[in-house]
Amino acid sequence: MIKVEGLTKRYARATAVDNISFEVEKGQIVGFLGPNGAGKTTTMRMLTCFMPPSSGKAEVAGFDVVKSPMEVKKRIGYLPETPPLYPEMEVGEYLDFVGKLKGVPAGDLAKRVQEVAERCAVADVRTKLISKLSKGYKQRVGLAQAIIHNPDVLILDEPTSGLDPKQIMETRDLIRSLAGDHTIILSTHILTEVEQTCEQAIIIAKGKVMATDSVSALKNRRAGGSAVLVEVEATNEGQVREKLERISGVSRVVFKPVGTQGIVTFEVEGLSGKNIRPEIARAVVEAGWNLNELRPLGLSLEEVFLQLTSGAKPESAPAEAAPAAEEKESE
Amino acid sequence: MRGAWTICQKELHSYFASPVAYAVMALYALIFGFFFYSATAYFVEASMQSQMMGRSFPMNINEMIIRPVLMNTSVIGLFLIPMITMRLFAEEKRSGTIELLVTSPVSDLAIIVGKWLAAVLLYTTVILVAALSVIFLFAWGQPDVKPVLIGFFGLLLQGAGLIAIGAFISTTTKNQIIAGTAGFVISLLLWVIEWVSQFDTSTTGKVISYLSVVTHLEPFTKGVVDLKDVVFFASLIFLGLFLSARSLESLRWRA
Ligand SMILES: Nc1ncnc2c1ncn2[C@@H]1O[C@H](COP(=O)(O)OP(=O)(O)OP(=O)(O)O)[C@@H](O)[C@H]1O
Ligand SMILES: [Mg+2]
Repeated sequence: MIKVEGLTKRYARATAVDNISFEVEKGQIVGFLGPNGAGKTTTMRMLTCFMPPSSGKAEVAGFDVVKSPMEVKKRIGYLPETPPLYPEMEVGEYLDFVGKLKGVPAGDLAKRVQEVAERCAVADVRTKLISKLSKGYKQRVGLAQAIIHNPDVLILDEPTSGLDPKQIMETRDLIRSLAGDHTIILSTHILTEVEQTCEQAIIIAKGKVMATDSVSALKNRRAGGSAVLVEVEATNEGQVREKLERISGVSRVVFKPVGTQGIVTFEVEGLSGKNIRPEIARAVVEAGWNLNELRPLGLSLEEVFLQLTSGAKPESAPAEAAPAAEEKESE
Repeated sequence: MRGAWTICQKELHSYFASPVAYAVMALYALIFGFFFYSATAYFVEASMQSQMMGRSFPMNINEMIIRPVLMNTSVIGLFLIPMITMRLFAEEKRSGTIELLVTSPVSDLAIIVGKWLAAVLLYTTVILVAALSVIFLFAWGQPDVKPVLIGFFGLLLQGAGLIAIGAFISTTTKNQIIAGTAGFVISLLLWVIEWVSQFDTSTTGKVISYLSVVTHLEPFTKGVVDLKDVVFFASLIFLGLFLSARSLESLRWRA
């Protein structure tokens, strides 16, 4: 439904989106995940024909965004970062206006407005001025606006930002309920949001795609981290650290002060793909200390996210082979 | 051009939802009324004097009232039109609603024409409200109807041109106040350059005064429709709309 190839956007000073490629199948919900300034909004603006790409190609529903923007626009519903609302209009008037603008036939308009108002739970404020609405309602009017012409593709830029927890849950439910009929791309910098609402995640940072994964794979990655927590009965922190650092396959040892006399705790990270727990157990016991606890630490979602985004290693060079691969690429 | 009328209706709705439309209307009617009153009072005074002196040469209502009033109010238009046009695009850029318009399946030109048309309709309403006072003339005197209509048509044409220019200025900024001020300065310039012709009779002087909106409005107020004046205002409209289209396009490249 959406096909992006080598899409690039250069501003006068910086490259906001750098040669990204991805595809989205019909009916999927895809999370566009990245920290501030990653280029999410810029990518979405190119997909919605708000701005043309500097280079590369993007197709929506089989139409090229540069060559046939009108066809693309007819098939896209877009909720920008700030909902595009006119405060001096009533909700019903506004939805009428957007419906006409998007080309909903005059005969169907009243019915469509009623439908989307109910679907987005704004039917009870139809005669209220938009300026008088709460933030959650405004967001839902923004969503209603995006689906009024029943588009094939929905593009939602941070649809839950600035909402309170209850409103966030409601909005996520609403978005999930829309997934059957529409192909959805939503952007966010909150990983749990992607986990809860999306099937597929595209992680971008600094304008590059870092990973494209199904959300379940993302969860696995999170469980499969090889960090362990080691708690040892010993008095000398330095000795224990030295011992742990000497174990082959250990990449990092971090002291975690617990405050109890005679107990030291470390977080030990191993090189990925290597089980370092037996080695640690043996080393500790051999040194004559009591091993109180040896527990694998799953990576938190945030850690997965940071790992993927901070290293700035694009997808083509997987983490393990990164140093070598990067060198080869740059040659 | 699909969508132009939809956008025009929405613009009119916003005008009348805010105090702008009413403020412009009241101000215009007030000033027009004042000009009209003073011109009429002068006319009455002058005609009484000429009667007392025993000379009863015919005094022309069109010459002495309609024409000066139209010329004066056209100057007021220069101040008021920027008030109408300043928000057209600047406000949409500021609030982000421009993203909705531009990503909708309507052409840039439809957006621009829709907005321009709404401003022209508002301006027409403003003029008509002000012109109500002219009806008194018909109650008392027998002015020629045709030159009056032609005069108002000229006023409208001049307004439509300045509105197109104002719309363009509004596309260049997010700030309504800047758009309004710049619009006012440009309008003022298009008015005062006419003065050049009074001290510079060279070709340069003629060319510069040709560019003035006043030069081209004057014949209308005399009841004369000259093709070259109509062409001038039509060009002004096209120039404004064309520049707006360019500006909207470049906004998207830079945005
Ligand atoms: N109009 C612009 N002119 C110049 N640079 C811009 C412009 N818009 C965005 N940028 C830059 O492009 C980069 C990507 O911005 P973008 O808004 O796409 O990020 P984002 O992922 O949406 O971030 P956020 O989470 O803050 O919304 C940023 O470094 C930003 O400073
Ligand atoms: Mg953004």
